[in-house]
Amino acid sequence: MVKDPRAPEQLSWETFSVGLWKENPVFVMLLGLCPVLAVTNTAKNALAMGLATTFVLLCSGVLVSLLRKVIPKQVRIASYIIIIATFVTIIDYSIQAIDLELHKALGAFIQLIVVNCVILGRAEAYASKNPVANAAINALGMGLGFTFALLCLGVVREILGSGSLFGMDLFGPAFQPWAVFVLPPGGFFVLAFWLFVFSVYRKRKARSQSQQEELANAA
Amino acid sequence: MNVIASTPTPAMPSSRNLILTLGSIAMMSGLLVVLTFQLTAPRIAANKQRALEKAIFTVLPSATQSRSYILSESGLTELAEGETVQDEKQAVYTGYDADGKLTGLAMVASARGYQDVVKVLYGYSLETACVTGITVLQSTETPGLGDKVDSDKDFLANFDCLDARLNGDGTAVANPIVTVKSGTKENPWEIDAISGATVTSTAVGNGLRESTSRMLPLLGRHASSIQMELTD
Repeated sequence: MVKDPRAPEQLSWETFSVGLWKENPVFVMLLGLCPVLAVTNTAKNALAMGLATTFVLLCSGVLVSLLRKVIPKQVRIASYIIIIATFVTIIDYSIQAIDLELHKALGAFIQLIVVNCVILGRAEAYASKNPVANAAINALGMGLGFTFALLCLGVVREILGSGSLFGMDLFGPAFQPWAVFVLPPGGFFVLAFWLFVFSVYRKRKARSQSQQEELANAA
Repeated sequence: MNVIASTPTPAMPSSRNLILTLGSIAMMSGLLVVLTFQLTAPRIAANKQRALEKAIFTVLPSATQSRSYILSESGLTELAEGETVQDEKQAVYTGYDADGKLTGLAMVASARGYQDVVKVLYGYSLETACVTGITVLQSTETPGLGDKVDSDKDFLANFDCLDARLNGDGTAVANPIVTVKSGTKENPWEIDAISGATVTSTAVGNGLRESTSRMLPLLGRHASSIQMELTD
């Protein structure tokens, strides 16, 4: 075995929350942007896509972690991809069984979860180096962070682009929807808007923290 | 050789080991996929059937029951309950109202659209020889533009009675259905395109033309085998 640069992490609140906020896959790491832009035209699609990705993240994380001592290093990527693809196929069939309309709306993006770099990234960087409980909790946090980001986009795009939320009409017939927001350019606009909001917020927070430290040092 | 020898690499596991690991992971995943497929297959089939039925009752609004047939050169054959249609392009669905009388037929038309194939189900009335309505079965057209073919009231008004009569000797449709530029419809067999969604409108027209030209003459020849009334 190659020496692991990181010792297995202690299980803590951080294990879970890191994916939600500090290392949010979309707003901080900018990973998996293809589905983020493509299927967030309605809040329902965004939620379904987020949950499907969370399911795949969680199951593949658990399995990769369980098998981490069995899988030889040389074939690890191939093994991860097989494991991920299996769970993607399972969720694909399940969505078809639950709601055919939803499956139609998500289209090819369900199958494309296989190549979502968030999942392979988690398998390689975390699940393969940590015990099952840590891997599961971390994957859950990442998945929910991803879902949260998708919902942020989906809600804004649906309200502006179709004047509704989760299919419920919000403004009545007088509202002229901005169709551009449900089209691909709208995805880029809304993503940029959220990235702006989050980075401003993070900068502010960092600045106030350093000011506080300065004050403390001066005192 | 020396260079390679001097870099310490971890011992390479035997190929047998690698193959065994990958093989068993693949086996396990195959098992899981087959299991899921087996578990979900009946529900997926039921969902598809329900979606199709919903579409049939959309294009034949007065129908409450339907039967499925396959139309080929040799004639019309009814499908048994639970049997699925192999080739959608040859399928004919009949709709019957509450009294069991035939209200119309529904058939599938498809043609290439802007992104991918646009597949619609259309209703056809034997009495008036008209296409009486369409609903989209499958489309990945641009939201807000191309997908309007399923919701634009002016466009759907084209299909109140879109002329699809056969010619004198019943070998072809007298006036093939054609999509024209928005606002230039003059004849009852023309479809007024949606402005901004011309490609998708044209695809719907092309699909209808192809399907009506192929199916209606055949249907005319085998019209006697259509069940006009439900006996049970």
